[in-house]
Amino acid sequence: MSTAFADAPVVPEEIQSFTVTLIIRRFNPEVDDEPHWEDFDVQMYPTDRVLDALHKIKWEQDGSLSFRRSCAHGICGSDAMRINGRNRLACKTLIKDLDITKPVYVEAIKGLPLEKDLIVDMEPFFESFRAVQPFLVSNTAPVGGKERIQTVAQRERFDDTTKCILCAACTSSCPVFWTDGQYFGPAAIVNAHRFIFDSRDENAAVRLDILNDREGVWRCRTTFNCSEACPRGIQVTQAIAEVKQAILRGKA
Amino acid sequence: MATTLDSPRSPYARPTGKRGTNWEKWGWIYMRGSGVVLIVLIFGHLFVNLMIGKGVDALNFGFVAGKLASPFWQWWDVAMLWLALIHGGNGMRTIVNDYATQRVTRGIFKWAILAAVVILIVLGTLVVFTFDPCPAGSPADLLPKFCPAI
Repeated sequence: MSTAFADAPVVPEEIQSFTVTLIIRRFNPEVDDEPHWEDFDVQMYPTDRVLDALHKIKWEQDGSLSFRRSCAHGICGSDAMRINGRNRLACKTLIKDLDITKPVYVEAIKGLPLEKDLIVDMEPFFESFRAVQPFLVSNTAPVGGKERIQTVAQRERFDDTTKCILCAACTSSCPVFWTDGQYFGPAAIVNAHRFIFDSRDENAAVRLDILNDREGVWRCRTTFNCSEACPRGIQVTQAIAEVKQAILRGKA
Repeated sequence: MATTLDSPRSPYARPTGKRGTNWEKWGWIYMRGSGVVLIVLIFGHLFVNLMIGKGVDALNFGFVAGKLASPFWQWWDVAMLWLALIHGGNGMRTIVNDYATQRVTRGIFKWAILAAVVILIVLGTLVVFTFDPCPAGSPADLLPKFCPAI
């Protein structure tokens, strides 16, 4: 008889779970006139994120809770929401990093029309995005072959703004955007910056002209809300400042 | 039957109003320019009034009258007045844009700010350039030194 089986089985250390109260701003356009706050208690582990708590509520407590999510790993940019008064991605916010002795407040991002619960109408946001022509424009054939070659330094110039995932956390944290829905908003300017400073692109002048609008970059008042909200760590305010400089100097 | 299709990539046109002077841009530039100049003007003003000589104890009618008799200080003060009031007025306008959500209240606040700025600029400029440093019939110890003895 082998003694291996006689050894005491290794009991994995039990992982502590804890109860968290989530207070969610609910709105059902078919029933409610005004949004209202509703609270839910969920049992969570330290590895769980706010998105897991929302899933738990939707799957086990109230199936009518509506929110957007797709990849759940901070890349698709679907689940930006206002958690404890700050815009974050629900899939990148660990519950244990919040103050769990108090309830966690979750609501939809501000400044865009509320459709249901945590879902807002993103159309005004994407309209601004489309308006800055967020695609490479070049009217000349690439030199010597198929590729448009760029040096490391040229690529580095706009590297920060390539990280945008269009989650709208920045635009919906901007106090100018809250009251002036016509303002392009940080996200559109970030995506314009990505092409304005791209050495392969030839349409910088057109984009600078679009952003030199009365609802363009000049509405920015450098409150840094956008840089703080960005889940990708883009220096949004700096990008906007660089676009302002480029407009004033008339070149990228 | 021929059907015409829109070009799939026809760029979305944002409703562009009149392409006149871009006031938002010039307002932004003005805030930066006037801000830098105001730092010099205001700290110069505070330094001369409060630090040099006897400091704050020197301030009286005679001191102010003496300063406003010199064209240098007249222009210094007028520049400070205009730059600071327009700078402040424009700042208040942005705050109203942020916090006043209704069109009517917005309009009222903005017109009130404009009125305050214009009235203060006109009054201040008038005072600086028409100021009489030696009003007749005042006790001589309150007047600046250069006033002829009455």
